[in-house]
Amino acid sequence: MEKELRLMKGNEAVAEAAIRAGVDGYFGYPITPQTEIIEYLMEANPAETTGMIVLQAESEVAAINMVYGGAACGKRVMTSSSSPGISLKQEGITYIAGAELPCLIVNVVRGGPGLGTIQPAQSDYFQATKGGGHGDYHLIVLAPASVQEMADFVDLSFELAFKYRNPVMMLSDGAIGQMMEKVYLSPRKERSKIVPDWATTGKPPTRERNIITSLELDSDKQEQFNRKLVAKYNVIRETEVRYEEFQCEDAEYLLVAYGTSARVCQKSVQLARQEGIKLGLLRPITLFPFPTKRINELAGRVKGILSVEMSAGQMVEDVLLSVNGKVPVFHFGRMGGIVTTPEEVVENLKSKFIGG
Amino acid sequence: MAVVTGIKEIIKPENLVYKKTSIMTDNILSYCPGCGHGTAHRILAEIIEEEGLQSRAIGVSPVGCSVFLYNYIDIDWQEAAHGRAPAVATAIKRLMPEKFVFTYQGDGDLAAIGTAETIHACNRGENFMIIFINNGIYGMTGGQMAPTTLPGMKSSTSPYGRDVKTMGNPLKMTDIVASLAGSYYVTRQSVHTAANVKKTKKAIRKAVQYQKLDKGTCLIEIVSNCPSGWKMTPVQSNKWMEENMFPYYPLGDLKTPEE
Repeated sequence: MEKELRLMKGNEAVAEAAIRAGVDGYFGYPITPQTEIIEYLMEANPAETTGMIVLQAESEVAAINMVYGGAACGKRVMTSSSSPGISLKQEGITYIAGAELPCLIVNVVRGGPGLGTIQPAQSDYFQATKGGGHGDYHLIVLAPASVQEMADFVDLSFELAFKYRNPVMMLSDGAIGQMMEKVYLSPRKERSKIVPDWATTGKPPTRERNIITSLELDSDKQEQFNRKLVAKYNVIRETEVRYEEFQCEDAEYLLVAYGTSARVCQKSVQLARQEGIKLGLLRPITLFPFPTKRINELAGRVKGILSVEMSAGQMVEDVLLSVNGKVPVFHFGRMGGIVTTPEEVVENLKSKFIGG
Repeated sequence: MAVVTGIKEIIKPENLVYKKTSIMTDNILSYCPGCGHGTAHRILAEIIEEEGLQSRAIGVSPVGCSVFLYNYIDIDWQEAAHGRAPAVATAIKRLMPEKFVFTYQGDGDLAAIGTAETIHACNRGENFMIIFINNGIYGMTGGQMAPTTLPGMKSSTSPYGRDVKTMGNPLKMTDIVASLAGSYYVTRQSVHTAANVKKTKKAIRKAVQYQKLDKGTCLIEIVSNCPSGWKMTPVQSNKWMEENMFPYYPLGDLKTPEE
C-alpha cells in the first residue's frame, strides 16, 4: 500500500503514526508544547477502529505507571510529555527499565530548569541519555529532526523496545512538535497479537507464573542483573547506532548537532562553504547509543569540532569523550527557548577556530 | 513424659480436616508471628482457586510488608512502585478487560503516597478490586507513623504519640472512596477471628462477581494488626485493635450496590 501524504504538526504526526503502528494504549497528561498528541488521539478515537486505548491520567506519575502496567502485559504502550512532566515520570521510567519492559516515551522538550519556558530547548539531553531516574540504566534515545521522523520513529521505537525489552525515548523539542511539514504516513497495521513469554496475561497450567518486578534484596543477584543490563546496553551500543552525515567528506571543521539544531546547522554548513570554510555536519539520530566511533574517526580528519545544542552544553560531553583529545572541541548553544540561527553558528565557529 | 508422635503418623488422609489451597506456594511467608497478612493472603488465594481465576488473574503487589506477595500466591504478578498500583491496574484492566485484576496495598501505599492514584482510579470506576490492609503503621520500614495511625498512637516517627495538631489526623480513605461515583462496593472488614475471616472472604467473593459484571471499583479494607510495629504480642495486638482501631475504623459495608 502507498504512503499517505499529509500536512501535520510533529505532535499530530506522532499521534497518527501511533494509531497506524498498531499501538495498544496511550496514557498521557496535558502539558505544553505536546498537548496536541493526546488531543489528536482523543479526537481520532481509535478505540472504535484499531481498539487502541487512550486515557487521560490524573498526573504524569499515574500515566507512566499505566504504561508500566500495560507494558508488563506485553502490549505496545506509550506516553508523551514535555520536560517538567518527564521529570515526574522518572520514577516510573526507572522501574520500567529495571523490570525490562518495552515502551515509548515521547519528550517534546521545553526550556528549564523548573517550570521554565514553553519554548523549544534541548536541555534534557543528560536526563534522557544518562538514565534520568535512579540506578544504573539507559533508555534507547531517538532524536527526530523533522515531522517525518517524529512519525517514522514511533514504529522504530517499538521495534527496538521489544527487541531489547528496553524503554525507548523519542527526544524531540517544541519546535519540531509544533511545526507543520509534509509527512508520508505508513498504512495502518493490525495491532500485534503476539504475547511475549514474559508477559503477565494470567497463568495457564502450562507455565510458571510470570512476575514483573525490579526488586532483588540479594546483592549478588542484583549485581548479576546489573551486569546483564550492562551487557544489553553494550549490544545496543554495537548494533543500534544511527546518524546522518552532511558534507563530511572533505570537511576541515565539523558540527555535531541533533534535532532542531541539526536543521539549523545544515544551513550553517552551506553558509560556511560559501565563505570557503569546509564545514561538515554529523547529526546523531540515536543519542543513546551515541555515534562515538564515527565521531572519533572524523576527529582524525578535521581541525576542530563544534557541538551545537539548545542547552548550556550537555551533548558536548559525549562529543569530548568520543574525540578523546584528538582535536579541540567547543560548545555553542542558545538557551531559554531561543533557537540558534545558522549565522550565529558560523560566527561562533570562526571565533573559536579560525579567528576574526 | 508424653509420647512424641512422628509427623508421618499424623499426616494420613483420615486425619485431614483442612488443607492449604493449591494457589498458595510453598515459600515461607516473611511476616511476623500473628500478623494478619498471612490470613488475608490465604483467603484471597482460596477465592482465586474456588472461583477458578488462576489462569486469568493478574495481581498488583505494593511496596510495603506485602512487597513479596508475588512469592506466595501462584498467579501472574506485577510489582508496582510505591502507591502506584491503582494506575498500574488501570492499564492492565483497560487493555485486557477479560482478566481478573486486583491490587493489594497497605495504608502507607494506598492512603499516603498513592492517594491520588487511589482516588482517581476509584473515581473513574476502574473495574478492578483493591484489597487495602490498614494496620495504622509502616511495618516494613520498622514502625513509622502512617496516614492511618490513630491520634496519640506511638510510632518511631511519633515517639510521643501522634499529635494531630502537628502531624495531621488519621485519614479515612475508605470513606473517601465510598463517596466517589465510580466506586461500586466498599466495605471494611477484619481477619482476626474465624467469624471475621468468613465475612472478609464473602466480601472478596462479592467483589469478584462485581468485576465479572463490569460494575466498577470494589475496595475491601481489612483493618489488621502489626504486633511488631505496635510492640505487642499477637493476642494483645488483636485486643488493642478491637478496642482502639475498630471505634475509629468501624467494620461493615460503607457502600453496597442497589440490588
